[in-house]
Amino acid sequence: MAVQILFDQDRCKGCELCTAVCPRGVIRIDSAVTNRKGYHPAAAAEPDRCVACGNCARICPDSIITVIRL
Amino acid sequence: MALELWKGNEAIAEAAVRAGCRYFFGYPITPQNEIPEYMARRLPEVGGCFLQAESELAAINMVYGASGAGGRVMTSSSSPGISLKQEGITYMAGAELPAVIVNVMRGGPGLGTIQPAQGDYYQATRGGGNGDYRLVVLAPNTIQEAADLMQEAFDIADLYRNPVMLLADGMIGQMMEPLEWRSPSPRPLPPKNWAATGLQGRDTHRIINSLFIDPVECEQHNLRLQEKYREMEQRELRFEERGCQDAEVLFVAYGTPSRIVMSAIDRLATRKIRAGLFRPVTVWPFPYERLGQLAASPSVRAVITVELSAGQMLDDVRIAVEGRKPVSLVGHTGGVVPTPHEIEAAALAALGR
Amino acid sequence: MTVIYQKSTALTDRELHYCPGCSHGIIHKLVAETLEELNLTDRAIGICPVGCSVFAYDYFVCDMLEAAHGRAPAVATGVKRVHPDAPVFTYQGDGDLASIGMGEILHAAVRGEKITTIFVNNTTYGMTGGQMAPTTLVGQRTTTSPFGRDPAHCGGPVRMAELIGTVDGTAYAERVAVYDIPRLLQAKRAIRTAFELQLQGAGFTFVEVLASCPTNWGMTPLEAAARVRDEMVPVFPLGVVRDIRKEEAQ
Repeated sequence: MAVQILFDQDRCKGCELCTAVCPRGVIRIDSAVTNRKGYHPAAAAEPDRCVACGNCARICPDSIITVIRL
Repeated sequence: MALELWKGNEAIAEAAVRAGCRYFFGYPITPQNEIPEYMARRLPEVGGCFLQAESELAAINMVYGASGAGGRVMTSSSSPGISLKQEGITYMAGAELPAVIVNVMRGGPGLGTIQPAQGDYYQATRGGGNGDYRLVVLAPNTIQEAADLMQEAFDIADLYRNPVMLLADGMIGQMMEPLEWRSPSPRPLPPKNWAATGLQGRDTHRIINSLFIDPVECEQHNLRLQEKYREMEQRELRFEERGCQDAEVLFVAYGTPSRIVMSAIDRLATRKIRAGLFRPVTVWPFPYERLGQLAASPSVRAVITVELSAGQMLDDVRIAVEGRKPVSLVGHTGGVVPTPHEIEAAALAALGR
Repeated sequence: MTVIYQKSTALTDRELHYCPGCSHGIIHKLVAETLEELNLTDRAIGICPVGCSVFAYDYFVCDMLEAAHGRAPAVATGVKRVHPDAPVFTYQGDGDLASIGMGEILHAAVRGEKITTIFVNNTTYGMTGGQMAPTTLVGQRTTTSPFGRDPAHCGGPVRMAELIGTVDGTAYAERVAVYDIPRLLQAKRAIRTAFELQLQGAGFTFVEVLASCPTNWGMTPLEAAARVRDEMVPVFPLGVVRDIRKEEAQ
């Protein structure tokens, strides 16, 4: 399934709530990146496995995730 | 128009309705109960809303909400209840919300008594709650004047976006007097283009708020408020002078005591002593300058304040007189009211007679 | 192309000041999504409290008023009496609503005030640094219950949804949580129901949301979410406490 998961990474606070609600383990914290707030932001590590459930975006307290099915 | 006999509290309430007040939130306390009781009957007739709150705290915060939503709103209470309302009053001053607050003062401190007093002068004229703010405080001495001032109270509140207090003592609230309903002349007022009404197509939301977490922003907000208070001092000053020219004794009194002073002045006249009354109608802003001028006049030998308190306006009178003349006090507390004879005696003593 | 999820248009672009993993952000979203879906953004008026969500006025697109501590229901009452047709909501935390504002919230319910209250219960005063709240659990250590909350000394946690549910003026009271997706979706349904009943003039509507405060609990956001599930839910059971529609149906 072609899915786009967009992260406004500079606004991410690295809380990891999105990683816990992803049923496919798609989302992980990217420890190689430090954003302008000083957090390691969330990113789609395995986007191909995404089923477009939107759970990650739905629980994100800072509303930084957008999920689009192409 | 014909004179009608009205009780003070009811006249205040009716005058508020005539001034366009449509929302009233209050809590029972003596000696002002006729105001909410009147409003409970009257406001539904004009499509308004009266609501008895669970406490004075809730009442004043309902006033905050109704005012923030653009309504012309008031509350009334008496001394201990006004103390409770200080929270909402300072928030309204901070958020720049207009409302009229009537204080029908009784004796304190604490529960005190239900008899008339003026012990809330400091509280009324110095803001009353936390922070640097002021209210325009109107102090009528007749029921006619109380009714006449209500339109002004609401207009001043709206014009400056600031709470206004009508400061009456229990005597004004409880007594009955003939009253003529005059057609009020409302002031031209700016539209309430700041009120929270729902966006209704607007692009930007309106926020009613007194929080300025950044210190510089908070100070700028305060400086703007202070500028507003200076403008009120310039434009809203009211006072009355009676027989002050060539007076040997200058009485200063507001509210009910000013009427007793008039009787004392008549008694002194029979002794060929010229005495005058200077009556602040706004106790904030206080007419310092005019009182200072009068006190400085060569004829004046003594300045006497007459208050239903242990001497609170006395401080403002001293500030105005600047030590140029001796200032003394006839003060009573706890609901005791001075007699003309007592005031006359104080004048004679001040003159060394 | 189908948008599965994007930020609600009822939220402003302002970055939230909340700590990482704080439930306030999630609950803000649920309220905003409800306003958007019910097409209420253009009419709604919100009242925010004193506490962590004191700046909520910056986050909602609708007109907002900031209330004194605990007084949001009284402020909302004033607003609603001036604009009876506007959807009016208060957003309050546990210190604000269940402690200093206990009188105002109960009497708003007693009057059947046609407003919706979103009550965020995270068992602590977040903004002031993690002091004990009326909802603090027995044994919970806070900065003002350093040895754990002792009910013999200061009572036990108050269950607001149940308390509000006993009042005749309450049309709807439910307790929900947001620690996982099923709970979050139920929370959204509850908030939506509350607004719908308000608009129908049914009475006072109340949704208590169990929330986490990772910072003051000294936990990671994921540990905090687990604490809501494992420690809070047993004390604050989830579910509908009062629904006037069911009573009327009987």
